[in-house]
Amino acid sequence: MIDILLTAIFSENLALAYFLGMCTFLAVSKHFETAFGLGLAMIAVETITVPINNLIFHSVLEEGALDWAGLGEMNLSFLTLIAAIGVIAATVQILEMILDRFFPRLYRALGIYLPLITVNCAILGASLFMVERHYNFSESIVYGFGAGLGWALAIWALAALRERVDERLVPKGLRGLGLAFILTGLMSMGFATFGSLNFG
Amino acid sequence: MTKNHAPLLDPILTSNPVTLHVLGICSALAVTTSLTTSLVMSAALIFVLSLSNATISLIRNHIPQNIRLIVQITIIASLVIIVDLILQAYLFEISKRLSVFVGLIVTNCIVLARAEAFAMKNPPLPSLWDGIGNALGYGWILLLIGTIRELLSAGTLMGQTILPLVDDGGWFTPLQMMALPPSAFFLLGLLVWVVRTLRPDQADEAQKQEDAS
Repeated sequence: MIDILLTAIFSENLALAYFLGMCTFLAVSKHFETAFGLGLAMIAVETITVPINNLIFHSVLEEGALDWAGLGEMNLSFLTLIAAIGVIAATVQILEMILDRFFPRLYRALGIYLPLITVNCAILGASLFMVERHYNFSESIVYGFGAGLGWALAIWALAALRERVDERLVPKGLRGLGLAFILTGLMSMGFATFGSLNFG
Repeated sequence: MTKNHAPLLDPILTSNPVTLHVLGICSALAVTTSLTTSLVMSAALIFVLSLSNATISLIRNHIPQNIRLIVQITIIASLVIIVDLILQAYLFEISKRLSVFVGLIVTNCIVLARAEAFAMKNPPLPSLWDGIGNALGYGWILLLIGTIRELLSAGTLMGQTILPLVDDGGWFTPLQMMALPPSAFFLLGLLVWVVRTLRPDQADEAQKQEDAS
C-alpha cells in the first residue's frame, strides 16, 4: 500500500514521468498562488474520482460484473472511457456546488480552475491507469491521493522556480515557454532518481 | 493559395498547435520514445480530429449552447473508442505500448479547442480541412521528436538499425537518456526555441497572450 503511494508521488509522478496535464501545468505555473490552488483542487478531485471510477468499473463495466442480472457474458469495458469522463465531469460539478455552498472562500480562491480540471488529462489518466493496473478499491483510494499529491508537488515546485528565474539572462527565443520546458525536464530528472530508492 | 486551402496549410507551419498554442503536449511527449508509436499516434489523431470537426460542424446549428461541451466530448469519446478498438484488433503490440495514451486523446486539448474555436462556427468542409491540418501540424512535431529520440536512444528507426551499436560490433554508443522522460522536455523546449528564433513574430504573439492571460 505504502509503495503504491510513494511510487505515485515520486517515481511515477503523473506530470513528470507520464506528461499528463501538461497544458494546464505549463499555463498555470506562472504564479505560485494560483498554482497552489490548482494543486489543492487536483488532490481533491483525484482522490474522489479514481475510487468512484474503480467502483463503477468493477461493479458494472468489467467482464462478468453483471452476472447477478443474468448478463454474465456481457463485457462493457469498452465503455470505460465515456463512463470515466462522465464521472469526472459530474464530480467536478458537484464539488463546485458543495464548495460554493459551504466553503465560499475556498471556492473563490479556486475560481475557474475547478471546471478546467474536467479536461485535465491527469485526472482521466489516473483513472485509466487504475483500470490498466487492476487496483482494488482501497488501493485506488491510495493511488488517487498519491497521483494528485504528486502532480500538485510538481506544479508547486515549477511555479516557485519560474517566479525566481531572472528571464533577462535567458536567450530571447527561449524565454517563457521554452524555458518552462527545460525547467520541467530538469525536475523530471530529479524525480526520476527517486525511482531507484526501494520503498518496498 | 485558394481560400479552401488556408485551414489546411495554416496550422502546419504558421499557427502550429503544439509550438504556438501549447496544446496537446501530454501525448506529444509521452508517445515519442519511438518512431512507430509516434506514427500510429499521429494517424489516430488525424482520424479523430478530422471526423470530430466534421461531425460537430454538421450538427453545429442543432447543439444547444449550454450543453455543447458534453455533446462535443461524447462525439470525441465515441471516435476515440473506435480508434482504440481498431488498434487493439489489428495492431495489438503497438496498442499495448501506447497504453492509456490513445484513450487520452479525449482530453487532448487540440481536439476540443478546434471543435470549440473552428467547427462550431464553420461549415463541414472547411472544418474537415482544419481538422486534418491541425492534426498534421501536431503529427510532424511528433514524428520529428520520435525520430530523434529513437535514433539516439537505440540507433534504430521503426525497428530498423540505422546506426550500428557498439554492443553489436558497430561504433554508436546509445544515449540511454533519450529514452527517458526528461529528454522529451528538453527536445520540445529546444524546438520551441528554434521556432521562435526563426519566427520572432510568433514569440511576441505568444508572449502577449501569456501577459494577457
